[in-house]
Amino acid sequence: MLRLGCGAGFSSDRLEPAIDLARDGRLDYLIFETIGERTLAFGHRDRKADPTRGYNPQLAARMRGVLAHARANRTRIVTNMGVANVAAAGEVTIAIARELGLKGLRVALVEGDDVTSLMAPDTVLFDHGNRTIAEVKRPVAGANVYLGIDAILPALETGAEIVITGRVADPSLFLAPLVHHYGWRRDDWPLLGRGTIVGHLMECGMQITGGYFADPGHKDVARLADCGYPIAEVTPEGDTTITKLPAAGGQVSVRTVKEQLLYEVHDPAAYLTPDVTADFSNVRLAEHGADRVHVSGGSGRRRPETLKVTVGFDGGWLGEGGISYAGPNAVARATLARDSLVERLGRHKGFADHLRADIIGVDSLHGTAGVRATGEVHDTRVRVAMRSADRDAIETMLWEVESLLCCGPAGGGGYRGQISASVITHSTLIARDAVQPTVRVLTA
Amino acid sequence: MTRRIPLHELAHARAGDKGDTSSISVWVYDPGDYALVRQQVTAERLKAAFPRLIRGDVIRYELPGLCGLNFVAQNALEGGVNTSLNLDAHGKSWSSLLLSLEIEVPENRRCDDGAR
Repeated sequence: MLRLGCGAGFSSDRLEPAIDLARDGRLDYLIFETIGERTLAFGHRDRKADPTRGYNPQLAARMRGVLAHARANRTRIVTNMGVANVAAAGEVTIAIARELGLKGLRVALVEGDDVTSLMAPDTVLFDHGNRTIAEVKRPVAGANVYLGIDAILPALETGAEIVITGRVADPSLFLAPLVHHYGWRRDDWPLLGRGTIVGHLMECGMQITGGYFADPGHKDVARLADCGYPIAEVTPEGDTTITKLPAAGGQVSVRTVKEQLLYEVHDPAAYLTPDVTADFSNVRLAEHGADRVHVSGGSGRRRPETLKVTVGFDGGWLGEGGISYAGPNAVARATLARDSLVERLGRHKGFADHLRADIIGVDSLHGTAGVRATGEVHDTRVRVAMRSADRDAIETMLWEVESLLCCGPAGGGGYRGQISASVITHSTLIARDAVQPTVRVLTA
Repeated sequence: MTRRIPLHELAHARAGDKGDTSSISVWVYDPGDYALVRQQVTAERLKAAFPRLIRGDVIRYELPGLCGLNFVAQNALEGGVNTSLNLDAHGKSWSSLLLSLEIEVPENRRCDDGAR
């Protein structure tokens, strides 16, 4: 039985439950998954601004929290916290290991996912109506291929306690230790499919242990504030039990596992990764005791011929400004504020097409769907959002929203405005042999 | 005789995004409701219920073994996280939107079914 734990399911995921797992989980592997398409593009931006950055901003805190426990418990760590700068992530990890007195700790770095240099103006973006990179008319921030177990396994074979990668397919972070430990054949598609299902279930952290699940009165979750990260106990045949630390809050039930099973999945019979075409369609779930769900019945078919590449582009600026109205007649005053802002902002050339104005509490999330809050609402917020390559245009928009503090309807308060850098991502495909991942080992 | 109740009383859901495509999985609490929900919550109904939001095709995949349905809606995220100005650019709350659809159930259906 191999015990895998997940210590992060996204870039900003919680820290302490990962430390709990490293200390008490009796894990063979602790895996941190922290890359999204956008965090990767931001990683490229950060590395350009400062060559010592571009890895996961929480890497140091995570390593400081878990390294000593991992060594004491002989738990290996596999993570994509290298993001856009695997080398720097490795050096930071080694520095922390030295600081903690973990002499001789070895860190294997998997590099080669950065394929920015292979992108050309005529590269076709299959998710963008087959338009080319040139037709996007924006600077490329960076391009990364989704590597799979073929890139991670050589790093595990070095025996290094820590493996740090950049972009790899999320489930591959979990599948690689299984293939390494059990010696699964790399063309045993049903087995690789089952291992990929384990990875898919685990990769979003608490989304399978009751996080992102609670709906009071319908789906109650005990001690959500102290929700634990998941543990997978995997057999040599690829059957799995998903569980959590008994002391942790949260819940592992057939319902929590179902919701995660199809999260961001399209055709359940054809989930594509670099390693396999996984088939979720005949998965069986059964509760075996408290907070233990047995997963069986997954399968898989031959892996895709090509690899997917995410291309990040500079997306200009996103500005958001807001002002609130509460009490009697709040919705009418907020509506007047919104109308007045839309009228004034519409006078600026080019603003109208890149602008949106909502009333939070009434129609902000589901307004486009035609759904508005029913009944009386006494607490509302006008929110104006705008994208532009021109930062000054965003500043002008925010000024207009703030001006309502004196110029607007009665009782408006709580103006806030912010500007954030924006990225745009698209996808292309690349031949497998165009990519040559490498592994090197650093020692503390 | 029948009455109408929100799907939220019978099922739970989670939404995810890929580009401008929203995927929403729906799971009935009680396997006895699967046939009813499968019959009434069709791909066509989802698209017709929110035409301004869901501009592309909707495909529905069925998982009878787990009593689940998976909806994949194209051009359904106002451009997706790249360009959407919706506060919820990922459309995570589309799960709740789907659960707001009404289902016709027999008048004499127990009302404590569903949750828990």
